[in-house]
Amino acid sequence: MTRKQRRLTLIGAAGCVIALALGLVLYAMSGTITFFFSPSEAVAEGVKPGTRFRLGGLVKDGSILREDGGKVSFVIMDANEEIRVDYTGILPDLFREGQGVIAEGALDMGGAFKADSILAKHDENYMPREVADSLKKQGHWQDQYGNDQTK
Amino acid sequence: MFVEAGHYALALALGVSVIQTIVPIWGTRTSDHDLMAVAVPAAIVTFLCIGFAYLALTYAYVASDFSVLNVIENSHSLKPLVYKMSGVWANHEGSMLLWVLILALFGAMVAVARKSVPERLRANTLAVQGAVTFAFLIFILTVSNPFIRVMPPVAEGQGLNPILQDPGLAIHPPLLYLGYVGFSISFAFAIAALIDGKIDAAWARIVRPWTLSAWIFLTLGIAMGSYWAYYELGWGGWWFWDPVENASLMPWLSGTALIHSTVVMERRDSLKVWTILLAILTFSLSLLGTFIVRSGILTSVHSFAVDPKRGVFILGILILFIGGSLALFAWRAPMLKKGGIFAPISREGGLVINNLFLAAACATVFIGTLYPLALEALTGDKISVGAPFFNMTFLPIIIPLLAFLPMGQTLAWKRGDIAAAAKRLMFVYAIAIVVTVIMLSLTSGGPVMAPIGVGFGLYLVLGSINEIFTRCWKSGQNIKVFFSKALGLPLSTWGTVLAHAGVGLSVMGVAATIWGTETIASVREGEMVNAGPYQAKLERVVPRKGPDYNEMAAIFTIMDGDKVVGTTETMKRIFVSRQSMPTTEAGILTKGLSQIYVSLGELQENGSIGIRVYYKPLVTLIWIGSLIMALGGFFSLADRRYRVGAPKRSRNALEIGATAGAQT
Repeated sequence: MTRKQRRLTLIGAAGCVIALALGLVLYAMSGTITFFFSPSEAVAEGVKPGTRFRLGGLVKDGSILREDGGKVSFVIMDANEEIRVDYTGILPDLFREGQGVIAEGALDMGGAFKADSILAKHDENYMPREVADSLKKQGHWQDQYGNDQTK
Repeated sequence: MFVEAGHYALALALGVSVIQTIVPIWGTRTSDHDLMAVAVPAAIVTFLCIGFAYLALTYAYVASDFSVLNVIENSHSLKPLVYKMSGVWANHEGSMLLWVLILALFGAMVAVARKSVPERLRANTLAVQGAVTFAFLIFILTVSNPFIRVMPPVAEGQGLNPILQDPGLAIHPPLLYLGYVGFSISFAFAIAALIDGKIDAAWARIVRPWTLSAWIFLTLGIAMGSYWAYYELGWGGWWFWDPVENASLMPWLSGTALIHSTVVMERRDSLKVWTILLAILTFSLSLLGTFIVRSGILTSVHSFAVDPKRGVFILGILILFIGGSLALFAWRAPMLKKGGIFAPISREGGLVINNLFLAAACATVFIGTLYPLALEALTGDKISVGAPFFNMTFLPIIIPLLAFLPMGQTLAWKRGDIAAAAKRLMFVYAIAIVVTVIMLSLTSGGPVMAPIGVGFGLYLVLGSINEIFTRCWKSGQNIKVFFSKALGLPLSTWGTVLAHAGVGLSVMGVAATIWGTETIASVREGEMVNAGPYQAKLERVVPRKGPDYNEMAAIFTIMDGDKVVGTTETMKRIFVSRQSMPTTEAGILTKGLSQIYVSLGELQENGSIGIRVYYKPLVTLIWIGSLIMALGGFFSLADRRYRVGAPKRSRNALEIGATAGAQT
């Protein structure tokens, strides 16, 4: 092999790997990304049943219903809308009424949100940033929610 | 008083770091030996000052000095001693102090190991290290000061975030930082080479031990963090593709590429410009990781505070160093003497493949981590990029690389022969395929990917070990000769074999998780839940009291049919200082390489409790593999070739360093 051929092989190999990576990223971007919506945004966007997204807001007071087999249902709300969430499993330690929460899953035909994961939180004062932002936008923010993790 | 002395020492370190940055560079510009020599004592004094400041803060924690704001916010007098000490770095201010302490430590080690580093390179390297230290000291002293007092002092602290009160936390951050920050020294060496416009194989030999030690610590730090998340978060997962995890994975990937490209540079005096670029990128990714984790743009257990000033400040440091070093690279790199281009089918060609794939894998993680942040900043749309994205991008890039790994390791330098290499690996392919087929038939009806993945991991392990056989085994030869030959191999060969076998073991552990089971149930005392081939029986639920918490413990007996295998307990803890934040401690029983994992949920109204029970076959291989990878790194580091430049110098050299420090 001449120098030139060697250099071409190297550039060719690099090009192939870069093209592979780029193709994979573009392909994955179109299929695997989940959006975050507050209940009002989810209603306004008219999210179709079956489309995965993250739903964030406050757990409505008095809305938590527990059934046998670890089935839980509760309402995520913001200033204008509320959406019922069904979930089977163990809730995070800090899941409580009146607290910020993010659920990931999709709407079913009946308009309820089937969640397959409820996001774990690490701090009692932690409000998911997305939830805090959307509450602020709606003028519903109260300082007691406290986004500051240092307290 | 001690706290003020610590604060003062930190300010003093800032002053000395200015000297460390300016004087030696001036020395290399004017070829003044005395000015260049200033770098050594300056680096050592900077380290001693920061070390003193760090001790002062630790003292404030241990003595529960509740007149120091940082101690009030993060400590509690009832906290066990070890968590008072680890609490120093379990908050924003303290962890940044640890960051800069390690930065200065690496500088001081280069200063102490000075005989192995040529004069000009040493002066420039320490100057660059001084500049980074200076930037972070300014950051700490202006917007992230751990020594701030409050008047009047308060009676009791607010306690540590309970999930951080754990032995895993005591060691994970220092290990990770030693890795993250350790790459600063490769970066400093690369910038020093660019400043002087001179780079050769000797440079690679000097830098390699430093890069390798950083890589070892980063490997251990990531493995520790992953195991901590596994048992502490109670979700049974060990990797979540969380941005914070990705922030540590990116420098690991490019650092792995870097240790391989330095080998090519050392052996063949080639890939020089690329190696310099990788060294810059690796530390840039470390800085980026620090920004992602510490700036508060993400909310996670790692981002302690959301003071926007801090984020902007770190972003400033990031732009200055990454932008500055890349600009210097663009200007200087064309002037460096290029190495030769080599045959594509050869060991060095294989290492180029390694670098290409690792860089591409690193790029996909980079895009997946930063794209959501960029999109939100630009359009306000909030998206999350999670495991499905990374499984679809990262895995298809990393799997071909792994498949090629044993082949690359078998190819000869300069001119390799694929057919000959394949012939040497014939037994490996045969065994791996046979074992996979056997596993497939034994588990027919089960998931197909698990046996294939485990078989693939086995192929990597055998493929790595194969090198020992091809080098030392001749048919008809006495077994004793084989062993004596194998023991006589260079330690760096053993290092390669171990590190690559470790990768294979981790792959086996990851693939075997597909066989795992998860059961969510609510049970009463005496009831049983299946966990793979085992059963978990809830014996009783008891309230207990710990040093600074109360807990409810559920005690389980793990059964195999009628036989008792062992017991394990899972707890829900409520800490005295943070009543509103309960934590869960998972109960884990290790059986061979597999684990049975029980995690406690809520107490139901009807008296039963919610539990998650997992069976995790071969799961410990994930971390055992990582440990063996790190062990491989240690073997390479101990190789005779690097002994001269190894970071651990003889006592003699330390003394010389110390007296040099005392004389100024």
